Order: sequence, then structure tokens, then C-alpha cells
Amino acid sequence: MKKIEAIIKPFKLDDLKAAMAEIGVQGMTVTEVKGFGRQKGHTEVYRGAEYVVDFIPKVKVEIVVATEMVDKVVNTIVATVKTGKIGDGKIFVLPVDSICRIRTGETDKEAI
Amino acid sequence: MNRSIAKKMCLPLTMAMVAVAGTAMAAEGAAEITGAAAAYVVNNTWMLVATFLVFIMHLGFATLETGLTRAKNTVNILFKNTAIVAIGLLTYAVIGFNLMYPGDFSIPGIFGFSGFGIGVSPENMMVAGKDGVGIYTYWTDFIFQAMFAATAATIVSGAVAERVKLHSFLIFSMIYVALVYPWVGSWKWGKGWLDAMGFYDFAGSTLVHSVGGWAALAGVILLGPRLGKYVGNTIKPIMGHNMPLATIGAFLLWLGWFGFNGGSVLSADPALVSFVFVTTSLAAAAGIVGASGLSWMIQKKPDLSMALNGALAGLVGITAGADVVSVMGSVVIGLIAGGLVVASVMIFDRLKLDDPVGALSVHLVCGIWGTLAVGIFSAAHSFTTQLIGVAAYGVTCFVAAFIIFYLLKVTIGIRVDAEEEMKGLDVGEHGMEAYAGFEIKNV
Repeated sequence: MKKIEAIIKPFKLDDLKAAMAEIGVQGMTVTEVKGFGRQKGHTEVYRGAEYVVDFIPKVKVEIVVATEMVDKVVNTIVATVKTGKIGDGKIFVLPVDSICRIRTGETDKEAI
Repeated sequence: MNRSIAKKMCLPLTMAMVAVAGTAMAAEGAAEITGAAAAYVVNNTWMLVATFLVFIMHLGFATLETGLTRAKNTVNILFKNTAIVAIGLLTYAVIGFNLMYPGDFSIPGIFGFSGFGIGVSPENMMVAGKDGVGIYTYWTDFIFQAMFAATAATIVSGAVAERVKLHSFLIFSMIYVALVYPWVGSWKWGKGWLDAMGFYDFAGSTLVHSVGGWAALAGVILLGPRLGKYVGNTIKPIMGHNMPLATIGAFLLWLGWFGFNGGSVLSADPALVSFVFVTTSLAAAAGIVGASGLSWMIQKKPDLSMALNGALAGLVGITAGADVVSVMGSVVIGLIAGGLVVASVMIFDRLKLDDPVGALSVHLVCGIWGTLAVGIFSAAHSFTTQLIGVAAYGVTCFVAAFIIFYLLKVTIGIRVDAEEEMKGLDVGEHGMEAYAGFEIKNV
């Protein structure tokens, strides 16, 4: 079991959600975040004072899947959200120790 | 009879009853309504409309200041604006009105006071204009002017926002609006020495806006800038958290200005009031253009908050002479005011005078500009006299405000401590949030 964390551009979220549904991924958790990678910030001016915008709004999508599904999910995410422009984001894959579905008590594979 | 017949008979029946009653009244010799009496009613009604238009400016200030400051201080801003209306109206009833319009001056032209309290039943209910026609009642006079007093006080609240101690601010406002505002106002509107000299301030570029502006300047100097605003030689912008509210505020203020300037005609004179509406609005429009243009050039992208400040700058600028300058004059005055507000926002920042909402730039700088502009754009008024008036108010108001703030500073303190400033005054001064349930992540 693995957790896939994808940091993506906010306007790509709907596309990602639709693509996941198509490949059989049945759930996800989404958080609004800010961040930056290697892209430098840019300068704006507010009432005559300059400031650097380094933190860019992003969306973090967390999906837990069976290990066999990881490659398919990662490739689908990349294909769906890639724009080719700077700031497309990153995907992290982490191991999951155990899972529990709270309502039914199902664990691990049954709880995915 | 059935319902539809009854309904059809209703209107004709009512009209018949009114006709009979009317004839009966005429037969009793009911008083004729003279033209002068009708004019009195119209004049007074307009003045009361103008009164509630000026009143709505308090909502304008509240929303504008809220929009241009941070969410963690919103309750504090709203509370200050609410309290000031109360302080303004009540002190004006107890002291201000009779200090501003004393009738007789005990120190000729400079100081007069016709007693505490606005009275139970005034000797002369009707205040008449030059031709003897009634323009408004005693009560209208009081409440209209009282609304002005409160707006002068509220100008300070924006400039000192986000770091002033609530109780110190309330004490300052009480003293300033009860004593200083009406006293210096008597010099012109109360028929004091500046009025005798020919100084002209139609609706208060000096008497309201710069009086508030000088006090704001004293406050800004003695308070110091917000934490993190000036780091070394860099100016760090502190963004307003709600542009829609700021916009609502600016437009409510413009709406109120129809009463602020329109009501300063002190009658419903069709030609004068309508002319003032035109000059007032054109100046606001030109202010938007001037400010937007200059900020677009300097900042490379048009800044909404500067555009809004521009409208207000134009409005403040035209306030001294809305009735005596030409249409073209009002446009030029507004345009220059718009440019001045943008330039002065940036200059004040470079002088390390932190003004979160641009109150100094809008009210002080453009209040002075508007007053001097009367001397430039109206042949009937002298630039030198205007300058003398500006200087007299400047020295008196700045020194008075400085003294009050300074005494408060060395006794009870005027600024919240650093930890409270970081957490926000809503929690620190009021123990509540403005947006309970929303998570606002910016500090």
C-alpha cells in the first residue's frame, strides 16, 4: 500500500479528479497549500512598495492505493496535469504501514 | 355585496370621502400654505436627507478601513468606527455645537461658548436664510453638523489602525472631537476671525478633513510604524485583506459626499445644490483617473486601492470650493488630487510614516490642496488668505493633537505591545474574531 502525494497547480484539480475516477481510484484528500520549488519568485508592487511573491498557491492531493496501482496513478497524474510550464509540481510516493476504515473496521487492502 | 363589486367601489368611494372632507376643511378656513412655508419644508427636508447621507459615511469609513487592513484587526477597526459615531454625536450635543457656533465670542473671533447642552426647546426653531425664507430647523442644524463632527474624528482611526491602544484612542477622540474640532471650526463656520478675513471652506476640506488629517499625522508620528513595515531601508507592504469591502467603503463615502457637499449649501436651492453635485462627482471621477494613471505608470499595474483613494482624494479636494469653482476647475482639482494622493502615499512611506489606509494622503494632503485650490480657481478668493487659514489650522490642530497623544503616551501608553500586535488586536483588545469559522492563515 502506498500513499501518493501530488502537489499540483490548483486549476488542474478537476481534471485530476476526473482522470482518477476513470482509472478506478475511488477517493482522495485535498489541501490548499503554498509552496515553491526551483522557480524563482517574481516582484509585484502594492501601494508603491515592492514585494517578492515566492510562495505560490498550489493544491496537495493525497491518494492511497494498492502498490500495483502506483505506476498507473502516477503516470495518469502526470499526463493529466502537466502543462510544460514552470511550477507544474511534484509527486511523492510514500509507504503506508496500515489502513483502517472507521465505519466498518476493515483494514489494509479491504480499506483502500 | 360580493367581493369584486366591493373592490371596484373602493377607490371611487375613498376619493369621494376625501373630497367631502376637503371641502369641509376649506369651509372651516384651514390655513393657506404660503410659498415661503413650502420652501422651508423643502429646504429642511433636503437638509435632513443630507444628514443621513453624511451619516452613511461612517459605514463607508468602517468598510474602507477594514478592507485595507488585516483580518486579525477587523473587529478593532469596526469597534473604533462604531464608538466614534457615539462619541461624536454625544459630545457635539453636550459641548461641540455651542462651541462651534457660539453666537457671541468672549475672545473676539477666537473663542466663544454658548453653554452646555443643545437645549430642550429652542427659542427660534426656524433658521432663516438671507431672504428670510426658512432653510432648516434648529434640530436639523444640530444633527447635520453633528454628523460632520463625527466624520472628522473617524479620519484618525484609519491612520493609527493595527497598533493603537483602544482606550487611548477613545480618550483622544473624545477630547479632540469635543473640544478641538468645534473650537477651530468656530473660526470659520462659527463666524470667527478667519470668516471675517474672507477665508473660504465650503464644506470642510480644512475644517473637517485637514483637522482630522493633522491629528492623524500626530498619531502616526507618536505611534510609530507597524511591526515589520519598515525593515532597514526596505518598505514591506502589508496588504489589505478585503478589496470588495474597501470598494464598498469608497463608494459609500462618495454617496455620502452628495450630502456632505450638497447639504453644505444649507438649503435646497436647485441651482446651487445641483451644481455642487456636478462639481463633486466630476472631481471624484477625475481623482480616480489621476490616481489610477499615476499608479499605473509607477507600479506598472493599476492598483485598485490607489484608484479608490483617488476618488476620495478628488472628493476631499473639491470640498472646499464645490460651489465656487467651475466645472473645468473641479476636474482639474480632482485630477491633481488623484496624483497627489499616489505621490504622498509613497512619500510618507519613505519618511517611515506608516499610514495603513492612506488617510494622511487623502484627508491631510488633499484637504490642504482643496483649500488652496479655492484661491487658485476662484477669482473671488485670495490664495494668501487660504494659505493663512491652512497654516492656522495646521499649527493649532497638529500641536493640540500632538499634546493630547503625547500625554496619553507617557501616562497610559498609546500602543499595544508587540505580542498583541502580532496576534491581532481583535483577540487582544476585544477577545473575539471577525471571521469566526474561517481560517485565515496570513499573520
